Amino acid sequence: MIPAGFDYHAPATLSEAVALLSRYGEGAKVLSGGQSLLPLLKLRLGHAEHLVDIGRIPGLEYVKEEGGMLRIGGRTRESALEQSELIRGRYPILYDTVRVIADPLVRNLATVGGNLAHGDPGNDHPATMLALGAQVVAVGPSGERVIPIDKFFLGLFTTALQPDEILTEIRIPSPPPRSGGAYVKLERKVGDYATAAAAAQVTLGANGAFDHVGLALTNAGPTPVRSQDAEDALIGKRPTDAVIAEAARRAADASSPTPDRRGSVEYKREMARVLAGRALKQAVQRAGGQ
Amino acid sequence: MATHKITVTVNGAARAADVESRLLLVHLLRESFRLTGTHIGCDTTHCGACTVLLDGQPVKSCTVLAVQADGREVSTVEGLERDGKLHPVQEGFWEKHGLQCGYCTPGMLMTGCALLARTKEPSEQDIREAISGNLCRCTGYVNIVQAIQYAAAKLRER
Repeated sequence: MIPAGFDYHAPATLSEAVALLSRYGEGAKVLSGGQSLLPLLKLRLGHAEHLVDIGRIPGLEYVKEEGGMLRIGGRTRESALEQSELIRGRYPILYDTVRVIADPLVRNLATVGGNLAHGDPGNDHPATMLALGAQVVAVGPSGERVIPIDKFFLGLFTTALQPDEILTEIRIPSPPPRSGGAYVKLERKVGDYATAAAAAQVTLGANGAFDHVGLALTNAGPTPVRSQDAEDALIGKRPTDAVIAEAARRAADASSPTPDRRGSVEYKREMARVLAGRALKQAVQRAGGQ
Repeated sequence: MATHKITVTVNGAARAADVESRLLLVHLLRESFRLTGTHIGCDTTHCGACTVLLDGQPVKSCTVLAVQADGREVSTVEGLERDGKLHPVQEGFWEKHGLQCGYCTPGMLMTGCALLARTKEPSEQDIREAISGNLCRCTGYVNIVQAIQYAAAKLRER
């Protein structure tokens, strides 16, 4: 399959890239790793007059902790995230997530920024970023702005990014002591989108009760779903089986999956419940709780 | 639509081409350079038959634009054999019967080479994970895993 014709631009700097996006407006698309965009163009489900390849702009690939934040460059390849000792050691939820994104060949090109900017509720990073309370940095003609992840996913394939903005960085607050996180995904085979998946990030207080909880689901509606209701049910309580089961039930209730080859609505909601419970339990374990 | 003059180092030799923006890397290799060892399988980023190394990393060449490879190094299955001698991974597929129809083989070989370039002693699990983006519908993977283990042992002897 061959995409419809487009012009290709490979700017050397971020400002050139933004200028190109401003000039071409809705007709332009940012090409990052291309692992979602190129299949869309090949299948002709999507169309672009201009592709602005940010792959030749230096300085957009990094994973580092700085100023109390984990900072991930927008163009960081998933494989780089996977190989990062920092991620493996300090952010197990991100390590869980990156390991189940597509397959290793795709991860050699796919980028973290692309995974978010694509706005696909079936992608794996969005739920994890919701659970982690991430911020997205976007650069446009009038400079840089920071978008809280809760305000980032607006609808199916729609994010808060303007057509002339580029996602340059993801910021994640470094977790305090007694924190842990996990991402648990049910997939039919390697490379598949989630039948259901859950991301949980928790911090436990000195008494062992939940101080902070982030809980979100993948492929459970037109946008990734954060379950505030389930989070509220946990705060201040000790992580007993009953408390976690109640939160998982609330998370599943907040989901609105669509039926497809991966299963019926009932099945997916049930899987969301099971996985939310497992993610929470593993997060608690990693936080050093019971 | 604009065309681009690109230069790609393919199996060690610089090659120039004028390409349309939309030309895919796999088509550049197969049609412009006549390197038909790289196969087109699913053409939807699933099967890995089109796997080549881009700057040493295995990628699906049906999901890369030719123009993105400008100034970079591409390795294909044609570049594995040296002076009439098979690469140890190729030899492993021969010795361990790592193929039946052969369609996935070029991609499997490239992924296997990349794995062994970064890991001398991969476990069976490492191998299975590494090739999890390459589909084989004939072998059931058992012989492919053994072929890569054979190659790993062979490379360690060197």
